[in-house]
Amino acid sequence: MNLKKQGLQSIEKSLKRQYIKSITKRLIFGLFLVLLILVSVVISISVGSLQLSVGEVFDSIIRETENSYVVWNIRLTRALGAVLAGASLGVAGAVMQNVLRNPLASPFTLGVSQGAAFGAAFAIIVLGAGQTHSFGTEAVTVFKLYTVVISAFIGALLTVILILSLSFLRNITPEAIILAGVALSSLFGSATMFLQYFASDFQVAATVFWTFGDIGKAGWRENELMFLSFSICFIYFFFQRWNFNAMLWGDEVAKSLGVKIKFLRISSMFASAFVVSVCTAFLGIIGFVGLISPHVIRLIIGNDHRFLIPYSALFGALLLCISDLLARTILSPNILPVGIITSFAGAPVFFYLLIRGRKL
Amino acid sequence: MLVLKELYAGYGKKEIIKGIEAEFQRGIVYAILGPNGSGKSTLLRTIDRVIRPHRGKIFIDGETLDNLSIRDTARKIAYLPQRSNSTPFSNVFDTVLLGRKPHISFEPTERDLDIVEGLIEYLGLYDFAFRKVGELSGGEAQKVLIARALAQQPEVLLLDEPVNHLDPKNQIEILRILRELTQKFNIITIIVLHDLNLALQFADYFIFMKNGKIYKSGTFNIIEKSLIKQIYDIDIEIIDYNGKKYVITP
Repeated sequence: MNLKKQGLQSIEKSLKRQYIKSITKRLIFGLFLVLLILVSVVISISVGSLQLSVGEVFDSIIRETENSYVVWNIRLTRALGAVLAGASLGVAGAVMQNVLRNPLASPFTLGVSQGAAFGAAFAIIVLGAGQTHSFGTEAVTVFKLYTVVISAFIGALLTVILILSLSFLRNITPEAIILAGVALSSLFGSATMFLQYFASDFQVAATVFWTFGDIGKAGWRENELMFLSFSICFIYFFFQRWNFNAMLWGDEVAKSLGVKIKFLRISSMFASAFVVSVCTAFLGIIGFVGLISPHVIRLIIGNDHRFLIPYSALFGALLLCISDLLARTILSPNILPVGIITSFAGAPVFFYLLIRGRKL
Repeated sequence: MLVLKELYAGYGKKEIIKGIEAEFQRGIVYAILGPNGSGKSTLLRTIDRVIRPHRGKIFIDGETLDNLSIRDTARKIAYLPQRSNSTPFSNVFDTVLLGRKPHISFEPTERDLDIVEGLIEYLGLYDFAFRKVGELSGGEAQKVLIARALAQQPEVLLLDEPVNHLDPKNQIEILRILRELTQKFNIITIIVLHDLNLALQFADYFIFMKNGKIYKSGTFNIIEKSLIKQIYDIDIEIIDYNGKKYVITP
C-alpha cells in the first residue's frame, strides 16, 4: 500500500515536472523568436542602396555619424514599421480565428483590411486628409493621420459588424464566412475604384500606389501610433488568453467555464479591426501575414493561447520583416511593395489550409 | 442542495421547459429520462445558466444563482454538453487545467496543478497526460472531459448523454466512475440518459420528463410498465434479476 502510494506520488511529481518543462520549452521558443526578430531588424537596416556593416549600424544608432540620418529616418523606421504591422496583423489573425472558430479567418480573408483601405481612401480623396507628395518610392505622405485612421477604422468596423452578424446566424459554415469576406473585399474594392474614378489623376496614382501595401510609408509618427494601438489591443487580448482557450471547446463549454462569449466575441473583433485599420491606414493592404502566423505557431507550440497570442504577434513581426527585406532586395535597386511578397507566399498556404482543413 | 423553483426557459420566445420544480441532494446520482424534445438538455442548460430562465429561480444551499457572477457560477456548477465532433488540438493536461479557469486569477498556482494531477491520476489518464485529446479513444476522451469538469470543483455536475457514443464496456466504466465520484466528492450529479437499463443500474433517483415538464420522479420503484408506456409510448416488460430491475422490449 505504502509502495503503491509512493509510486503514485512520483508519477504525480513527474507529471507536474513534465508540465513545467513544456512551459519552459515554450518560453525559450519565444526568446528565440525575439532573437530572430532582432537579427532580421539589424540585417534589414544594413541592407539597401547604401550597404552598411553591422558595426556601422550599431555605431550610427548610438552616436551621430554620416549614416545616422539614413539609419534613423529611413532604415530603422522601416524595420520597426514592419515589426509593428506584422505583430498587429499576426495577433489579429490569431484572435479572429479563435472567436469565429474559423481556421481560414484573418484580416485579409475576411475583408477587414479592404474595408480599412476603403475607409482610408475615402479620407484621402473625399475628406482631403492626404496631402500627396511624390519623391522616390514615397508617393503619398499622409498628414491628417487621425482622420485617415478613424475613417479606416470605420471601414474595418463595418466589415466586422457584417461578418459578426453572419456568424451569429446558425448553421453558417466557416467557408461561407470566407465567401462573405470575398464578397466584402470586392465590394470595398469597387467602392475604392468608384472614389478613384472621381478623383484627380494625381490622387488616383497616389491611392493605387498606396493600396499596394508598402512598409516604406512608415515614419516615426506612424510607428508611434501603430505601437500604441498594438499595445492596447495586445494587452487586452493577453488578458483574455484563458477565455480564448475555453472558446476552443465551443460556446456551451466556454459559457459554463465562465466566459461571457458574446462580449468576448464582439470586443475581440472590434479590437482586431482597430489594430488592423491603423496599420492598413498607414501602410496599405498587406495580405496573409495574419492568416499564416497563428497556424505556424500552432504547428510548433500548440493552441494554448497563453503562448499563441504573443507568439503569433512575434511571428507576424518576423515574417513581415523578412518579407520586406526580400521586397527590397529581390529586384534591387527596385523596391517591390511588400504586399506582393506576402501574397505570393501566403496564397499557397491558404490553399493548403483549405485542402487540409486544419483544426484550431 | 440544489432547488429549482417554477423554472420556465427556452430559446427566444419559444418555451421548452415549463414550470420545473425539483430538489437535488448531495451524494446522489440523478438520471433525467424522457423522449427527444422533452426538454432534458434545455433543463441542464438552464441550471448551468448557459441559457437564462424566462421565469423561476435556482438555489444552491439556499442561495439564489441570480446574484452570482458567471465566474462564480462556474465554480459551483460544471456542465458537460453532448459530445461535439470537433476536438481542438489540446493535450490532456492542458484540457484538464482549463477546468481550473474559474479559479485561476492570472496563471495556475501550485494548488491548481496539484488538483489537475490528482484528477488525471484518479481517472487513470496519466499514461497519456501529454497526448492530444483527439488521439484518444472515445472512452478515454470522455474521461478527460469529466476530469475537466471535476477540476472546476463543482457542487453540481451536469452531464448531457455522456455515454451515448461509447461501447458497452466504456459506458459501464464511465457511469461507474461518475457514481463513485459523486459519493467521493459529495456532489450532486445529474445525467441525461436514454438507456433505461443503464439508468437503473447507476442512478439513485429518476426524473421522467415529457413536454417540458416533470412527468414523474422517484426511486427505481416508479419505473413500471405503465409509466414507460405513458412516457415513450412503447410496451416493455420488467424483469427481476438478482434483486435488480431490468427493462426488456419483447
